[in-house]
Amino acid sequence: MKSASGKPVKTITLVGNPNVGKTTLFNALTGMRHTTANYPGVTVEKRAGWISLGDSEGAAEIIDLPGTYSLTPQSIDEEIVRHVLLGEQKDTPRPDLAVLVLDANNLERNLYFAFQVIETGIPVIVVLNMWDEAVESGKIIDIARFSELLGVPVIKTVGHRQTGCDELLSLIRRHALDGTQPVNDFGFDGLSIQARYEKIESIIRQVITLPDKPVETISDKIDQVLTHPLWGWVFFTGLMAVIFQSIFSWAGPVMDVISGGVEWLGGVAATLLPDGQLESLVVDGMIAGVGNVVIFLPQIFLLFFFIALLEDFGYMSRAAFVLDRVMKKVGLNGRAFLPLLSSFACAIPGVMATRTIRDRNDRLATILVAPLMSCSARLPVYALMIAAFIPSTPVLGFLNLKGLTLLAMYLLSLFAGLGMAALFRKTLLRGGKTPFLLELPPYRIPNLKGVLLTMWDRGKEFLMNAGTIIFAISIVLWFLASYPKDPNITQRYEVLKQNAAVTLRADALKDRIQMLDNEEAGAQLKASFAGRMGQMIEPAIKPLGFDWRIGIGLVASFAAREVLVSTLAITYQIGEDADETSTDLITALQNETNPVTGKPLYTPLVAVSLMVFFVLACQCMSTIAIVRRETNSWSWPAFMVVYMTALAWIGSLTVYQGGKLLGFH
Amino acid sequence: MSVKSLSQLAIKEKAIIEAIEGHDALQIRLQELGLVPGTLVSIKRYAPFGDPMELEIRGYCLSIRKADADCVMVRTEEGAGK
Repeated sequence: MKSASGKPVKTITLVGNPNVGKTTLFNALTGMRHTTANYPGVTVEKRAGWISLGDSEGAAEIIDLPGTYSLTPQSIDEEIVRHVLLGEQKDTPRPDLAVLVLDANNLERNLYFAFQVIETGIPVIVVLNMWDEAVESGKIIDIARFSELLGVPVIKTVGHRQTGCDELLSLIRRHALDGTQPVNDFGFDGLSIQARYEKIESIIRQVITLPDKPVETISDKIDQVLTHPLWGWVFFTGLMAVIFQSIFSWAGPVMDVISGGVEWLGGVAATLLPDGQLESLVVDGMIAGVGNVVIFLPQIFLLFFFIALLEDFGYMSRAAFVLDRVMKKVGLNGRAFLPLLSSFACAIPGVMATRTIRDRNDRLATILVAPLMSCSARLPVYALMIAAFIPSTPVLGFLNLKGLTLLAMYLLSLFAGLGMAALFRKTLLRGGKTPFLLELPPYRIPNLKGVLLTMWDRGKEFLMNAGTIIFAISIVLWFLASYPKDPNITQRYEVLKQNAAVTLRADALKDRIQMLDNEEAGAQLKASFAGRMGQMIEPAIKPLGFDWRIGIGLVASFAAREVLVSTLAITYQIGEDADETSTDLITALQNETNPVTGKPLYTPLVAVSLMVFFVLACQCMSTIAIVRRETNSWSWPAFMVVYMTALAWIGSLTVYQGGKLLGFH
Repeated sequence: MSVKSLSQLAIKEKAIIEAIEGHDALQIRLQELGLVPGTLVSIKRYAPFGDPMELEIRGYCLSIRKADADCVMVRTEEGAGK
């Protein structure tokens, strides 16, 4: 490969076991300058950055490979590491240099992989990272002797404090350019794993001096509480409560600001653009559509922040340890818990957090059920339906039916998710070749800069990768809800407005025009493609207790679930600015009657049926976009939409028809 | 001295790995992670509900499900932990 300046470009990889601080070192070496993509055809993330090799030598691409325990691969990401190091990976040249990162405080096991890498014949620099921890635990490591025994340069660093990074950089520059291969024969050829470990032990004995008495680690003391049979659960529950509370209370004000900003932007665009279809496309299609997603960014970013913080601290593997038993029951493993829990706020960070699950089938099953968790976008729908149709009957003295209904929706989502996970693991995604072996690294003080960088990276990735799909779907949905325009409707309301202008004055006129505008919007929506689709699917949703108006809402809320509220407001001619607390909308829904029977169209039973539909259906284009990105295929998101819609239909049908049989209405 | 499976050990108990039974992916990975015959292993704790278990081996901590630990045969004896 050649760079723009014509110099050949060098490729450098960072390799090592998981939890050795590889990514922190990568960030320290490359700063903010890096990209993330997928290796072709698989879901393994490829992080690549650039470092300068000096003014006259050009730059080198530096690739952060996934953490690996062995070059005998058992998972896709391990296979990628093997392929890259052996030069067999498509579109990644064989590295000119491998920077082998080892945990200085855990050398024995780290060396097993280190020898495998050195044996590939790639020029290697060994980095003893987390040097400070080794010193604290009282170990003395003879670096010169170590380097001599391995036959490659060895350097010590403390990645999160950037100690030793400059030295590492100059060592990289020197070795990337000269590119000498290590000439080592450790005599490992044909040796069993056991024999290799015996050799490693003999090297360790020559290099490391252990303290007389082992130093008791803080990790041990922390673990006595955090993985305690009782306190472990108490801590976990408390921590999750705090995270969720802060996501909702901290994100709230920012979400208000964003929502105000989107409205303001729409207003500005509306005044700048001439009235007409272009204005509608920009304001109602692009700005409103993207706004529906952007509004959730504060929650998404906060979740990414907490996840990165807990990962850095070392708690994530403990949570997986504590919860594995529970998750095993549905065929998932402990690592699936956090993605599912995050999905209660938003499925997007949840789906992205499944990357820590190594087994493909395990991970796919988790991705497929994550959107079943009741996310915050469903809340406005529940709120509207509960406010309008569920009476606040006291239950057991201190509870009330409204609250219990909400709780029931959350429980339904949890059980549906776990049930589907169990089903997928027994059918479509059977078995897992990777056993659940989980390293519990020592607790470490989180590096705030690294945590923020990770949060920013993942958030940006969501916006960049899902953004284009979301943008495209927004425009399609806008088109469906805006066209075709019925000229008869426009003309009819034009006449009505002119008549009003003759008979009414001032405020009365303004009110009348507003009312006519709302009515016209409702009539146009009914005539639009989305309206026709809503009417077309009416036979399918009638058994669920829904009419064509809800049908339109179901079509439009594909953009994001909370859009149902504003769509219902338009069909009920309240005006699109109404929200779930709008009394006009609540009254309109309560007063709506069936034209044939004269009885109320919406009943508590219909409301419950609709809520159940929203618990189970995949009404979210952002989720579809992120699942397509994470699975690197369109078939999984397509399958997800189909199965969730089917589940929602069956769920609502059961509720509505079952409820009718039981005498509810 | 007695030979039993790793999953039968109690908390804080120490033992020497005697053999890893089987040659599947699991057994290979366990060995690569350092669970080879002759290695000292100690049980740190069991998770709530008694599964999985946490081991300390070669200076690091590893969590493993009891069902997976069944294939690891260990030898316990007086003074094995020294």
